[in-house]
Amino acid sequence: MINFSDPNFLPWLIPVGPLLAFVIIVLLTNRSRLVPATDRHEYGGHHPEYNGMLVPVVSPSSRVLSIVVGMSGAVAAWLMSWKVVFDALAVGTGTFGKSVFGSSVEWMALGDRPFTMGVLIDPLTIPLLFMVPLAVLMIFIYSIGYMAHDPRQARFFALISLFAGAMLTLVVADNLLLLFVGWEVMGLCSFMLIGFWFEKHSAYKAAVKAFTTTRVADVIMLLGIVYLYSQTGTLSFREILYNQEVLAQLAGTPALLFGGLGISASGLIGMFLIIGTVGKSAQFPLHVWLPDAMEGPTPVSAMIHAAAMVSAGVYAVIRMYPLFEAGGHPHAGEFTSPLLLMTFVGGFTALFAATIAIAQNDVKKVLAYSTISQLGFMVAALGIGAYIAATFHLITHAFFKALLFMASGSVIHAMEHGEHHVHEHGHGDHGHHGDHDEDYPVAPASIGGGRMELAYEAHDGHGHGHHHDEHGADHGEFDDVGGIGDEHGSHHPHDAHAHTQAHDHHFDPQDMMNMGGLKDRIPVTFITFVIGGLSLAGFPLITAGFWSKDEILADAWLGLTEGFGPQIFVFFILALAAFLTAFYTARQLCLTFLGEPRTEEAKHAGLGGPRSVISITMQLPLVILAVFALFAGFVGVPPDFPIFGALFSPEVNPFFEFVKYSLLVEIQPPKPPFSVWPVLTSFAVALGGLALGYWMYGRKPLTAGQPDPMIKILGPLYNVLKNKYYFDELYTIVFIRPSQAIARVTSDFIDRGIIDGILHFIARAANFIGDLLKVFNLWLIDGVGDGIPQGLGKLGERLKFLQTGRIQQYLLLIAVFALLIGLIFAAVSVGIAGN
Amino acid sequence: MENTGLSLTTVTLFLPMVGLTIIAGMALLDAEKNRENFKWVAFAFSILTFFASLLMWANYNSADPALQLVQRNDWLPQYGISYYVGIDGISLLLVLLTTVITPIAVFASFRSHVIHERGREALYYGFMLLLEWAMIGVFVAQDLVIFYIFWEVTLIPMYFMIGIWGSENRVYAAVKFFLYTMAGSILMLLAMLYVGTQAGTFALPEIVNAVQSGAVSFPFDGLFSTQSFLFLGFLIAFAIKVPLWPFHSWLPDAHVQAPTAGSVILAGVLLKMGTYGIVRFCLPLFPEASVAWAPVVGGLAVIGIIYGAWVSYAQVDMKKLVAYSSVSHMGFVVLGIFALNAQGLQGATLQMINHGISTGGLFLLVGMLYERRHTKLMAAYGGIWKALPLFGAISLIVSLSSMGLPGLNGFVGEFTILMGAFGSEVLGFFFALFATLGVILAAVYTLAMFQKVYLGELDKEENKHLEPMHWQEIAVLIPILVLIFWIGLQPVGFFNTMDTSTEAIVNYVQPHIDEIVVENAASVSEAP
Repeated sequence: MINFSDPNFLPWLIPVGPLLAFVIIVLLTNRSRLVPATDRHEYGGHHPEYNGMLVPVVSPSSRVLSIVVGMSGAVAAWLMSWKVVFDALAVGTGTFGKSVFGSSVEWMALGDRPFTMGVLIDPLTIPLLFMVPLAVLMIFIYSIGYMAHDPRQARFFALISLFAGAMLTLVVADNLLLLFVGWEVMGLCSFMLIGFWFEKHSAYKAAVKAFTTTRVADVIMLLGIVYLYSQTGTLSFREILYNQEVLAQLAGTPALLFGGLGISASGLIGMFLIIGTVGKSAQFPLHVWLPDAMEGPTPVSAMIHAAAMVSAGVYAVIRMYPLFEAGGHPHAGEFTSPLLLMTFVGGFTALFAATIAIAQNDVKKVLAYSTISQLGFMVAALGIGAYIAATFHLITHAFFKALLFMASGSVIHAMEHGEHHVHEHGHGDHGHHGDHDEDYPVAPASIGGGRMELAYEAHDGHGHGHHHDEHGADHGEFDDVGGIGDEHGSHHPHDAHAHTQAHDHHFDPQDMMNMGGLKDRIPVTFITFVIGGLSLAGFPLITAGFWSKDEILADAWLGLTEGFGPQIFVFFILALAAFLTAFYTARQLCLTFLGEPRTEEAKHAGLGGPRSVISITMQLPLVILAVFALFAGFVGVPPDFPIFGALFSPEVNPFFEFVKYSLLVEIQPPKPPFSVWPVLTSFAVALGGLALGYWMYGRKPLTAGQPDPMIKILGPLYNVLKNKYYFDELYTIVFIRPSQAIARVTSDFIDRGIIDGILHFIARAANFIGDLLKVFNLWLIDGVGDGIPQGLGKLGERLKFLQTGRIQQYLLLIAVFALLIGLIFAAVSVGIAGN
Repeated sequence: MENTGLSLTTVTLFLPMVGLTIIAGMALLDAEKNRENFKWVAFAFSILTFFASLLMWANYNSADPALQLVQRNDWLPQYGISYYVGIDGISLLLVLLTTVITPIAVFASFRSHVIHERGREALYYGFMLLLEWAMIGVFVAQDLVIFYIFWEVTLIPMYFMIGIWGSENRVYAAVKFFLYTMAGSILMLLAMLYVGTQAGTFALPEIVNAVQSGAVSFPFDGLFSTQSFLFLGFLIAFAIKVPLWPFHSWLPDAHVQAPTAGSVILAGVLLKMGTYGIVRFCLPLFPEASVAWAPVVGGLAVIGIIYGAWVSYAQVDMKKLVAYSSVSHMGFVVLGIFALNAQGLQGATLQMINHGISTGGLFLLVGMLYERRHTKLMAAYGGIWKALPLFGAISLIVSLSSMGLPGLNGFVGEFTILMGAFGSEVLGFFFALFATLGVILAAVYTLAMFQKVYLGELDKEENKHLEPMHWQEIAVLIPILVLIFWIGLQPVGFFNTMDTSTEAIVNYVQPHIDEIVVENAASVSEAP
């Protein structure tokens, strides 16, 4: 019996919880009934297209079951992960790394070698095992609220559990193949979740786009895996990456492709693997899928962009780092081809995506591009050998980006609530509630909007009850329809004009131009959003984002002082990208929260009162993650940093010292000494960007209808940025259309035309010869044999006996064949006898 | 030669024949009264056959490379022909595939409208059992002539199944299928007769031993020599069956016109007879020619992989799409075989099983949609997931298995084949590189189909009230799903079963690869 409390075996169980939850939910809650989605809010909270459709709705007990089971899986994974983390920390810095936790079983035989699958916990796994389950758990809690109105809530929990299970599998994997399994299952989950509202055209298009784009990269990565295996005979991380001999041998073998250019086997394998990450982590030029992936429900975005998929991409390259570095030494200015690839792809992506982000108006798209940009930071950092800094940024980024996505989800939810409110109450003639309309008179305009607006979240603890009192009986029945603690607020007939406008044009609850002034309506979300934003911008000293970004710049500075090109490139391009990051973050915060509401919907935005389930489940995770977004950085403060170093790292940088032992001592990166210049740069870009953003958008917040000042400043460039440099259009023209055309031509012209044409030609020729032989046939086997040499076309007609039932003809045919065979047989035998 | 007693192989082989006899007897007695009973007889005997094949697996010793569960009896001793059957690991797995797919196909026919309408159940289910008998025969035959007889017999029931119970253009498809494969078989027959008469026996193991020991030799001198022509005689027959590009054009027609069960058996088992034949005959009998021709055949395989995938992408008919995807997937199997190393061969064998399961499953699913809507055009669907949620979920799993998602069966085979092709001394990097392109395209066309049929709005009136899944439909898919996950998650048992057998075949070829490698090394060292 395996003792699962042993940390060597416990990691097996970490992914089991969520995976089991997936299975249980799938098996137990698939019974649903189709009901018409007449209530726009009940079923269409996030997807107005539900309106009027039949949607499958699972029973309330199934909903509860899916939440309970999904949460149990997540909690189990979290507890076990943290137990492993603390077991590892107990082993101690330096010791843990030389010794690791792990075990494996035989999985298949490749040739005569058994192929094993197992788990590995080493110092690099530990921060991931700390971060991933926690973020997953937060996302699960958040989802309870966010998906409360969705008819497919059970399905959502099933998929997100599978997603979490796959991510955890990937983290604990001890070999590249198991990592790849988790990697691909996640790709599948993202496909399913992005296309969660699969009726919606844009949603399933985005889903297919995401899967296909990442699949291209994944398959190239698979080629790298195959190459690696053919070179080393193993895919185990420890056997390859913690083994100087194997690494040296790989670095010494010329590559199969471009070997003449001095690229080694490890170089080519590395580049194949990096391409996998370029797809998964949405780096240029495979970044196009990620912004579209915003079609999924918001918790999915958090899952994809923070805890799981994109982190997985970077995790994979961090994990394989010794392979990329083999044969080079970035801190001494010797760069291998994979390192250079990462440096330039990462650096370019960081800046490229940041420029796009400044011109986006969709609250989630800004975050999407910021994610691409931040992942670029990590990849570029890895390219210059800043192994620990990249890991560190991966962790802090996960916290603040999960926070930001979920906070933006709250914003969207609040806006939808506002939209719903306007929709319901704006028009007396708007018949969404059927019967209720008659006993639902339009209230007099005397109930002021101004006071009510403030009442939604924290300011008015009794908001819900308050409204009941005011509206009395004519409201009560209606409220029962509303579901879990949702507020319907007051009537605002005087706003009818604005509503009509909003409904004529499809209202977009994600468009920041429709927001403004939300800080008073959803204060908890506001505060946490600001914390996340500041962390993303790298606000000095008190945010986690500052410390991890600073670490990258410090490492780049180290090489810059030596005059190494890649480090110089990385330092300046990341500094510029960091400046833009701070700027667009400020822009986003100002546009969303400051000033006056620019639409009626924004005026009525809210989460349904502080005591509602939705409000609690959607904001508790924000608060918890905000704590990490602020303080997680203190585990990696350089000891020689003034004041803070003495405070948090009196001896050594704990994060740095712990994680570096996942590498062999020979290739551990040096700790960059404290230097004032990178720190000043960090200060300058973060504060400068935030200040510029505030100056443009916060000082005098935009009012309704006022155009973005950016349009004027950037001129024609604005449209280029807004349209993402037209990459979608370019790819459509360069890849999608031609492959469709090639497919059609191949199918119609080559396959049906040439290949079948030749076949038919042969058949006709045979037919012709058959006719010639007919005379011969007539006396040989009268009236039957003409069936044999006839070609396809004519024979088809002749063999219509299939329908007429003249089977004896067929039997004769067989007899003839048998005769022929016999003749050949005889002839050959005679030939042998003759010899 | 010694005659041996009854072996389990023979029992398994002839169980379907017992069923066939019973059906024939019932039909003679009172065909009309027994109309509803034929299917149960067929199902019962296909299940019995399945259990018999499980017994074979239980009695098979995977550590022993020798032929097992052998039976041999004189038949035409003056020509060296005997009834000679037995199994190794590869045969065993394919027999198991046959005995799994056949009951599935029989059971899936229960609810078929077309069989109900056109009647002649006795004939239909009789043909099913005849087909199973012949297919098992192909996989267990150890005598060239016996093999050839079984090989040809498979044509007859399939020909009638397409011709009688097929769709509109069934006669054309049936004749094309029949004549095309027949034309290939004639070449094989000639080559067989030559080989048999040269060796003085038609018993395959004896010929292989003779070839290996040098007692019999087929002169080899480059790509066009006696051995190469013999090799090609066999290969073309098999290539048409596989079908290897560019011999594939009978397949889409046959699949589109065949009834569901016919497609399932065709894709599930019949195509594997081609790849099995290559492994069983071409490699051991003509090792030098196999090595010499490997890059050419491997090249055709890679073309087929990409070509089949690309053409799939252009299809508007679901069955045609799946049919062309078979061209692509079977290309993978051929690529694995001609990697001529253990990994490639193992991957190829496993992929034969995988393709049988996944593509068989896809045809079943398409058939179920067809039963409801009487069209195979994707444009007629859309949003089916909402109408049939369970059906949609199962379709997704089977589609993903077909496109090789890790964790499901297809990936294990593809991965192993890629390993084999990459590490192969006769193929190498570029073959693997282009094969991976096929993997990418597989995702593209599979998802395109999934998207067009299952995703999107349920906007067509006819699709809104589709009959929910019948328990029989679920039951028929369960074994498919079980195998998809079993092989995907824990394939070690399958590898162990075929391990020694694939190794034995590689060992026949390996010396000739080494020769070439030595030659190449010599020429390289001379060159500068």
